[in-house]
Parts: sequence; C-alpha cells; structure tokens
Amino acid sequence: MQIHISTSDGVPIYLQIVNQVKFLVASGRLASGEELPPIRGLAEQLLINPNTVARAYRDLETAGIVEKRRTAGTYVSDQGSPLARRERVKILTERIDALLAEAQHMDVSIEDVFKFLQQRHAVMLASRKEE
Amino acid sequence: MHDPFPSSAPPIVDIRRVTRQFGAKLALDDISLTVPRGGVFGLIGGNGAGKTTLIKHILGLLKAQQGTVQVFGLDPVENPVGTLGRIGYLSEDRDLPDWMRVGELMRYTQAFFPNWDEAYAEELREAFDLDAKARIKTLSRGQRARAGLLVALAHRPELLVLDEPSSGLDPVVRRDILGAIIRTIADEGRTVLFSSHLLDEVERVADRVAIIHQGRIMLTAPMDEIKAGHRRLTLRFGQSHDQPPSLVGTLSFEGRGAEWTYTCSGESDQLRRAAEAIGATVVDDAALSLDEIFVSRIQG
Repeated sequence: MQIHISTSDGVPIYLQIVNQVKFLVASGRLASGEELPPIRGLAEQLLINPNTVARAYRDLETAGIVEKRRTAGTYVSDQGSPLARRERVKILTERIDALLAEAQHMDVSIEDVFKFLQQRHAVMLASRKEE
Repeated sequence: MHDPFPSSAPPIVDIRRVTRQFGAKLALDDISLTVPRGGVFGLIGGNGAGKTTLIKHILGLLKAQQGTVQVFGLDPVENPVGTLGRIGYLSEDRDLPDWMRVGELMRYTQAFFPNWDEAYAEELREAFDLDAKARIKTLSRGQRARAGLLVALAHRPELLVLDEPSSGLDPVVRRDILGAIIRTIADEGRTVLFSSHLLDEVERVADRVAIIHQGRIMLTAPMDEIKAGHRRLTLRFGQSHDQPPSLVGTLSFEGRGAEWTYTCSGESDQLRRAAEAIGATVVDDAALSLDEIFVSRIQG
C-alpha cells in the first residue's frame, strides 16, 4: 500500500491517509478482503505517530471502507456494502462538482462536457483493448 | 474535539507557574504546562525561546525560582533517584564522555539504571551500526547522536526527553530518531517529550504541542485541535480597500485591493460565517501546516 505524507500542504496527516486509502480502494489498487498494514508498521514506515494511523483506520472503518476482523488486522470491506457504495458516490460527486465548476468558469456548456466525457471514455476503452 | 488523553489520569509532568531568571534575563516567565501520560509532546520555539531551560527544570538540573515542577508526581530536584531513573534523556549537545569506548559507555550507563535491558541495548547498537570498540571521541556527529539515543532508550524509560534531537543531523540519522520516538510510544503507556524547531517532524509525530516564545507558552493543545483551529482564507470584496476589513481571529494578513488573504485562528465554518457577515466572498479556504501556524502565532 503506497501512501505519501506531506506536511507542507496543511492537510491533517490522518486525513491524508483516509483520502489516499479511499482512492486506492475506489481505483481498485486495494481489493476487497485485502489486509491493510498493521498500525505500528505503517507508523514506522511513514514516520508518523501510531495514534494518527489508528485514527485514520477508525475513520475508514466508520465510513465502511475497511473492517476489523476478530483475529486483529484491518481489511478492505466488501465493496458491495451500501456504506462503501455511498463513499464511492461521494468521491465521484466531489470530482463532478469540481469539473462542473471549472466548465462553468471556462464557459463550456453541459452538452459539451457530456461529449468530452464520452470521448474520453471511448479513448480509455480503446487503450485498454490494446493492452 | 477528539482528545486521546483522558484528563483523569495524573500527568507525567506538571509545571505550575514557573519563573526563571538568569541575571537580568527572564528565561521562563510564569510557565504552566502539563504533559499527559502516553503520546508524544512536542515543545516548539525558536532559538533562545526557553525550551532547554524548561527541560532542565523537568530533569531537576535547575531548581524553580518560583512555582513548582512535578515529574511522576515528585519534585525532581528533591527526588532525583525517583525521577531520573525513569527518564531517558538526550541533550542537545549530546554530551557523552569522549574518552570512553561505545561498549564502555553502555556498561557505565547500565550501572545507573536497574531496568537496563541488555538485549535491547545490543539490538540498538547493531541497528545503529555502532562499533563497541570505537571511542566516542572518534564518532561522527550522526553516530554520536545514535550512541546518545542508545543510552537514553536502553533502560526503556517511562519518559523519553529529547532536546533538539535532530539538529545538525543528516536525514538518515533523523529517521532513526523519529523511528525511536514512534517505537517508544508504541509500547503502551510510555511518553515522549521532545523539543524541536523542525516543525515538519513535530507535525509528523507529536499528538500534543506547546509553542514557547520569549519564555512564555503561547499555545498548548492537542495537534488535531491546533490543525483544525487555524485556517487561511482568501476573501474578495465588492470594492477595493487600502487596509483589509477586519475579520475575527486574524493573526496576519496580506493582499491588496479587493482580494485579501487572512491567516486566522478559528474553525472553517465559523470563519466563513464571519467572512459573509463582512460582505466578502470566500475564494479559498485552506488548512495550514504547523510551520505556518507557528510563524503566524509568534509574529502576532
């Protein structure tokens, strides 16, 4: 699990972990059932306070992204769960809102945004076929 | 606000209204500070702010002229055996006996600490790549810091005190020091107090912070609260202003004309409401690094 911590942009460290794990899960780089590193291990790897990692894991658990299992350890939840679905919708909504705001600033109509989306989707499908 | 330290547990360090003067210079000015058990406490301040003087009071090396100092509930000046034996300390100048060899330093220090863990000391010596036969005098700056850290850690102290542990060291040795801090508190119930002016390190490992400036505590709070309680807002006004319209909680500002950026103490929601109340549009609302918070606090 690759996480990068920056102390220069002001975002609290626990939130950087939460956001990056959410992104890794949403993008499929962390699969359901995969185990997250133990709190102490991740703290030593990232050189941050273990309490900060614990807090990030708690927030991720509350959001339904991960779950604690009886035999210790924290695992990525089954993404079919309604909580995880809600989280995915939330991430996408934030990005769509940002996209719409920029389109508006640049005077691009919603019809053109649709068109661009479809074009990019076609490009992505084509490149995936080549792989 | 989330606070991992229940206030009912007795603090490890309890400093009440301590004042210290060196000649005409007021080094500590009516300082009160409590360090709760567990976690990492970061003491931050510029050169000459009073960090080392405060640490020397905690270690019982200086007696409070006014006020009281208690460590583990004891006065460290009157009860050095009951306090120092439970503290691991690395001083800023890492004063070690130059004429000793590393192995001798380990055996010598062991004699003072009944809880010295020989296996752990050896493990640290190997991890830090220290030659038992090397004389302290011949060690590089980084190796010297590692030797100091080894003897501070090997008796598994309840309280680890590090005074500017990273100053003048390369990134590899700094990683060792941060790693040692993290491993220390990963052991249940241990406490770390460290002073630093490298605020990115403090932001990484401290869960509670005190800002000391000119012998006074400017701010002490859990890191989460400090981070959530400071924002940088950029506001646009309907018209140009020579001076920024006043916004509650402002610590510093910059800008011109219709757009001004404020560094504020206060939470996002509350600051946004205040901005709207003075007729401004919020164009940016960002969190601050500990470094930025520190600078705006001591300049204000």
